[in-house]
Amino acid sequence: MERIIFYILALTMIVFAIAAVRSRKMLRSVIYLLFVLVGIAGIFFLIDYNFLAAIQLTVYAGGIIVLMIFSVLLVHHIELKLEVAKPIRQLVTAIACLVGIGVVLSTIYTHEFNVIENNITTTTTDIGSKLLSYETGGFILPFEVISVVLLAAMIGAIVIAKGKKLTNKNED
Amino acid sequence: MIEGISIYEILTLTTIIFFIGVYGFLTRKNLISILISVEIILNASVVNFVVINKYLYPDMLQGVFFSIFIIAIAAAETALAISIIINLYRQIGSVEVKDTEVMKY
Repeated sequence: MERIIFYILALTMIVFAIAAVRSRKMLRSVIYLLFVLVGIAGIFFLIDYNFLAAIQLTVYAGGIIVLMIFSVLLVHHIELKLEVAKPIRQLVTAIACLVGIGVVLSTIYTHEFNVIENNITTTTTDIGSKLLSYETGGFILPFEVISVVLLAAMIGAIVIAKGKKLTNKNED
Repeated sequence: MIEGISIYEILTLTTIIFFIGVYGFLTRKNLISILISVEIILNASVVNFVVINKYLYPDMLQGVFFSIFIIAIAAAETALAISIIINLYRQIGSVEVKDTEVMKY
């Protein structure tokens, strides 16, 4: 059963990822990206990391996609078809990517992973206590740093997005 | 772990998605489309972290933490990139890569 679900998810993710990078309509491309992100959340559910799947759904599928849709609607005419690269360039890039896939897959398949069979369920409590612990292996410092980074990004986004007023002030 | 699915199959899937993102990154000419490709690349790497954590080191949680941090960084990056794109559109009226040749007005 899980096997079938995984293969369905994998197939839809690959198809929609290709559609997202190939579609000539911007809004559709964003919606295809949404399907890829939801598929990745499904993989997280399958390998039993429910908290990560919830983060993936809220931050990516909920936040980033809405942000992108807004920006597409603000800067683009919906009917406008996107410019695409020259066919020769597309071909060269596709061949380069296929070569890359071949190299990486041959490396993966020749490497012997010592997989540990397990059925451990990770609860949100484990993640929270480890994330906030001061002991060895705790992640309190990156946790605090990431909050500063998010604050800086928020202020930076506000300042940059209302840039018009700043340039006016400089001209006066 | 997923019953009946080995680590090789999941790594194959993430490799394919990663290189689809690279393909989009190299062929697209529009800033928002490039941002979409970057999101695909980041997501493929997040799945890799989580899967390797679950299959090889199930009693540790490092992969989960790193994927949480990657998701947070990606959110910050997207917000900044979109604000830059909107500002750029206001200044030069276009979001194509070839029109973006001046850093400061």
